[in-house]
Amino acid sequence: MRSRPSEYELLAPGKLSAVLDLLAKEPGVWMPIAGGTELMVQYGAGRLPARKLVSLWGLPELRHIESTTQEVLIGAGCTYTDLRNNAVVAREFPLLVQAASWTGSIANQNRGTLGGNIVNASPAADSLPALMVYEAELLLTSARGTRRMPYVEFHTGYKQTKLAADEIIRAIALQPRFSGYHAYSRKVGTRNAQAIAKLCLAALGKISGDEIEDVRLAIGSMAVTPVRLRRTEQVLVGQPYSAALMSEARQAMEAEVAPIDDIRSSALYRLHVAGNLLQEFLEGLFA
Amino acid sequence: MQTRVVGVSVPRKEGPAKLTGQARYIDDLSLPGMIFGATVRSTIARGAIEQIRFGEGIAWHEFTIVTAKDIPGRNVVSLIMDDQPCLADGTVNHPEEPILLLAHPDRHALASAVAAVNVTYTPAPSIHSIEESERREHIIWGKDNIFKSYRMEKGDVDQAWKDAAWIVEGEYSTGAQEQLYIEPNGVIAQAGSTTGLTIWGSMQCPFYVHKALVALTGLPAESIRVIQAETGGAFGGKEEYPSMLAAHASLLAMKSGRPVKIIYDRMEDMAATTKRHPSRTRHRTAISADGKLLAAEIDFATDGGAYATLSSTVLSRGTIHAGGPYYWPNIRVNAKAYATNTPPHGAFRGFGAPQSLFALERHMDHIAKTIGLAPDEFRRRNLLHQGMTTATNQVIHEPIVMDQMLERALELTGYHAKVKQFAAHNQTSTKKKGIGIGAFLHGAGFTGSGERYLNALVGLEATAAGGLRVLVSSTEFGQGTNTILCQIAAETLGLEYDDISMAPVDTSISPNSGPTVASRTAMIIGKIVQTAALKMRQTLIDSGLLEPSAGREQFLAACQAYRKQFGELQSFSHYEAAPNIFWNDELYSGEAYGAYAWAVYMAEVTVDTTTYSVTIDDFVALQEIGKVIHPVLAGGQIEGGVAQGIGYALYEKVVWKDGRMINNQMTNYIMPTAEDIPPIRVYFEEVPYQYGPYGAKGIGELPMDGPAPAIINAVVQATGIEFNSIPLLPEDIFRAMTAEPERPAESLETALAAEGSQ
Amino acid sequence: MSKCDVSLIVNGKTHTVSVYPMERLLDVLRTKIGLTGTKEGCGEGECGSCSVLMNGELVNSCLVPVLQAEGATLCTIEGLAGENSLHPVQQAFLKCGGAQCGICTPGMVMATVHLLNHNPKPTLAQIREGLGGNLCRCTGYTRIFDAVAEAAGNPR
Repeated sequence: MRSRPSEYELLAPGKLSAVLDLLAKEPGVWMPIAGGTELMVQYGAGRLPARKLVSLWGLPELRHIESTTQEVLIGAGCTYTDLRNNAVVAREFPLLVQAASWTGSIANQNRGTLGGNIVNASPAADSLPALMVYEAELLLTSARGTRRMPYVEFHTGYKQTKLAADEIIRAIALQPRFSGYHAYSRKVGTRNAQAIAKLCLAALGKISGDEIEDVRLAIGSMAVTPVRLRRTEQVLVGQPYSAALMSEARQAMEAEVAPIDDIRSSALYRLHVAGNLLQEFLEGLFA
Repeated sequence: MQTRVVGVSVPRKEGPAKLTGQARYIDDLSLPGMIFGATVRSTIARGAIEQIRFGEGIAWHEFTIVTAKDIPGRNVVSLIMDDQPCLADGTVNHPEEPILLLAHPDRHALASAVAAVNVTYTPAPSIHSIEESERREHIIWGKDNIFKSYRMEKGDVDQAWKDAAWIVEGEYSTGAQEQLYIEPNGVIAQAGSTTGLTIWGSMQCPFYVHKALVALTGLPAESIRVIQAETGGAFGGKEEYPSMLAAHASLLAMKSGRPVKIIYDRMEDMAATTKRHPSRTRHRTAISADGKLLAAEIDFATDGGAYATLSSTVLSRGTIHAGGPYYWPNIRVNAKAYATNTPPHGAFRGFGAPQSLFALERHMDHIAKTIGLAPDEFRRRNLLHQGMTTATNQVIHEPIVMDQMLERALELTGYHAKVKQFAAHNQTSTKKKGIGIGAFLHGAGFTGSGERYLNALVGLEATAAGGLRVLVSSTEFGQGTNTILCQIAAETLGLEYDDISMAPVDTSISPNSGPTVASRTAMIIGKIVQTAALKMRQTLIDSGLLEPSAGREQFLAACQAYRKQFGELQSFSHYEAAPNIFWNDELYSGEAYGAYAWAVYMAEVTVDTTTYSVTIDDFVALQEIGKVIHPVLAGGQIEGGVAQGIGYALYEKVVWKDGRMINNQMTNYIMPTAEDIPPIRVYFEEVPYQYGPYGAKGIGELPMDGPAPAIINAVVQATGIEFNSIPLLPEDIFRAMTAEPERPAESLETALAAEGSQ
Repeated sequence: MSKCDVSLIVNGKTHTVSVYPMERLLDVLRTKIGLTGTKEGCGEGECGSCSVLMNGELVNSCLVPVLQAEGATLCTIEGLAGENSLHPVQQAFLKCGGAQCGICTPGMVMATVHLLNHNPKPTLAQIREGLGGNLCRCTGYTRIFDAVAEAAGNPR
């Protein structure tokens, strides 16, 4: 343990309004901490830049799931376990629940939150591609009020987001209109449990006759942010499946991503396997 | 022979304490006034230390600071060649080399203090591979970068080539592997003018620590006491390294006048302590027209890191095992352990044999393919049988059941049917399947005259509480030392398992039964426990207090009567070599080991060509081990070893940058989880070893040798590609299967900096 | 920074400790409350040796700032056994050889208790998943699975 607890301040006001007031008073000074499964790892390694933290853990305003026919609102403080245990989320957004089941371990799923995963903005995060294909919206809240933003616009660079200094994510809004889609996601990790993704593809597809009517693709660990593969989608939409189409789609995907060699894997491997996953999805779509 | 306690899965001796959280590991212990220590380490691989500056913002007066100048005796961690300094003095030879020690009452004050010690260096050129070391462009150790070399020869290799119908060559390599005991290294040292120096620690070999401290401090042997704390896994990783750690804590304790605890966190433990030696093996083999091995020329090289430590003995075992369980009429092994500017590599379960056996077993499959024989048939034609000589010209007098185990393995896996089935399946499926064999042996005990040299001493004493306790320096670290030694004593004397306990391992009371390594505890120490027990019985009979035919109650009563009369009842026995063990150290020939365990392992795999990852669908482990002393413990040893072997083959890659391990966290050094390990089917055969307790041979390291070659042989069959290097990652399989030219890799440092702690 | 008082109910007993809010729950349990059964294997939430139950949920205590455990009901390995008997999970581990060196054992046992609390009759796949966050280097997991199945009344 490489940090000195006496050098850190952690406040837990217990109410969202109090947290927002604090962030408004001293923007950029207080780092929100939810379940701690990311920040406490940095802290243990002596690499947590913030010295003042404010706890979001257990705030009732953030840890709830509401659903109407129009929208499912997942509080940002919901843990992965909360997601997995929710019947509506499991039914309407299976890729999100699948991603939750892949994240860390049971112990980490009991503490890690969806909001935390989004704000941490690692391109390797398991749930982010699923949020992209489901076209999630984020509710960002501060003492100034709440605004909505399509999730796909949230990331601006490697671990950089449009979150203002006085803001937190309040909830994630999803529309339950994907049950008619074929849903696919696959994570390629270094092992079967507790693995940071080498790549992760989430996909939704619908065919009409023998053509692809609609397709949504998002991929993680292939760029500095998770990527919605719009160009690849454009290549695929309206087309019947063929080897030639698959080849074109691989090329389109290659142009949309920027994988690297890192401690876990290589760029070439990622690219090739991403294409394989896409192919696996399309073959399943047409099976 | 029917046994009553031996052969039964009695409750683990220290089991309840472990299950209830009462067992006390080193970080659970505290002494009054104890302070905490930490180590400042080299950030470069090789060079001269120019200056050490103590940075701003730290209350340095609160710290105890120790450098090489504070070492009262010799600045060395004494082991074999005594070339490793305890603290760097002017020069460093590997990243993470200890330079300076700090201690402070607040454990949390240390990390920032360590970071605030600024060392500047003049770097020197450093080398980081066997190939670089061999080139001798830079000499970093001795005259030629070679810690040790062996030449092992049998027969006349040079004349055999002309009779060969085939000559087959191959080169095989294995990477470093981190032991990854779940409990990191830790120690507490206490020094006092009247109390002497006392060490508590997580360790395998208290007398190694003791010897090292005598050299370091110059203190008389009697004033140094080393006590083993409950140890949370070791696997060889706590064989020699604890001496370094104990030395550091002792220096801080002596300078500060306070007890000092040093516990490594995981990042430090992985980066700074020993790992399995990387290896490179080159085979050149002559095979006769009827598929018999005629001769081998084997070049076996290991990377020992910056200091010699145990490289000579690892090399020795790897050399002796290089020929495997086969009959070689002629064989020559040229073996060398090379120096590189890496933290010294050290003991890890198997100790050289997993390296040379991986190469051999891959090569056997390679030869079989080349000459058109099935892998099982080629092995069948060449397995050793009773009465034949090994690669060191040792006659195996006992029956060898390798043939039977091979047949059984083939049956249990449905091998031949599967080979056909997979061949057809692989034509069309994206999931390629294969099944592979690993046939091997593992010698138990120290090599050659090593056990005579160790001259292990074991004691048994009657306690005031009414039972007996075993006195050994053999340590428990999960493998079952405590349990099996008590079983053996109970069986020998007709007592109950619960009548026997283990004395704590403490150099002030424990006789030196040698280190807990080399799979020697059951076979060698267990035997001496038997001898000491029989000697105790004889003492009681000779004293007239016990009838020769007496049973348990009379025995225990006699013990108490003897104690009442004479004060204490103790019985000590030394190791007795089995007759006719002759080892020639110069020729590397003769009886290398008293006994070998023999094994055939089989792995069935699927290679998913969507992701290029390997799943093991079934694993069968058959071994002949003399006598199963405790079925659950023995099975547990095999399963645990197989799991480590799976990691060695498919997951556990050490990523190096300029001699430093950069994936030194559990998140990025990948060991198998509960979701990665296949069902492991374990079977035992017993061919009693005459000189082992109830026929038992050693088994601790055996299961490490077989999994990697069996798995890779299976992957080779599944893909048709000759993979000769481990660990074999999906990225490697991908590269080979798609045969794309490689783009130059981006700087790992940049990528790491970008990824942060993720 | 200043300390604060945090109340924790550990194994049925309330402790009020004066701590820095960012002290790790793991360290508070081990050094302030003196329950050393919970272990540190990695400090990064990977090995699970530090697992405890917090309000009935399995968590890695090395990743919990103690302030976030204020008022929580905690169960550690020391809280499982009865006065004169072991918990069935502990019994099963002993019988089946689920513990070798023992360092992963407290966390492994807590993960098993958590699994069986939520799923009394797990399949092998569910056992693997339930224990996926607890690394064991000694056993190869095989006999741990046996122990869990035994404790679930469904011996393998």
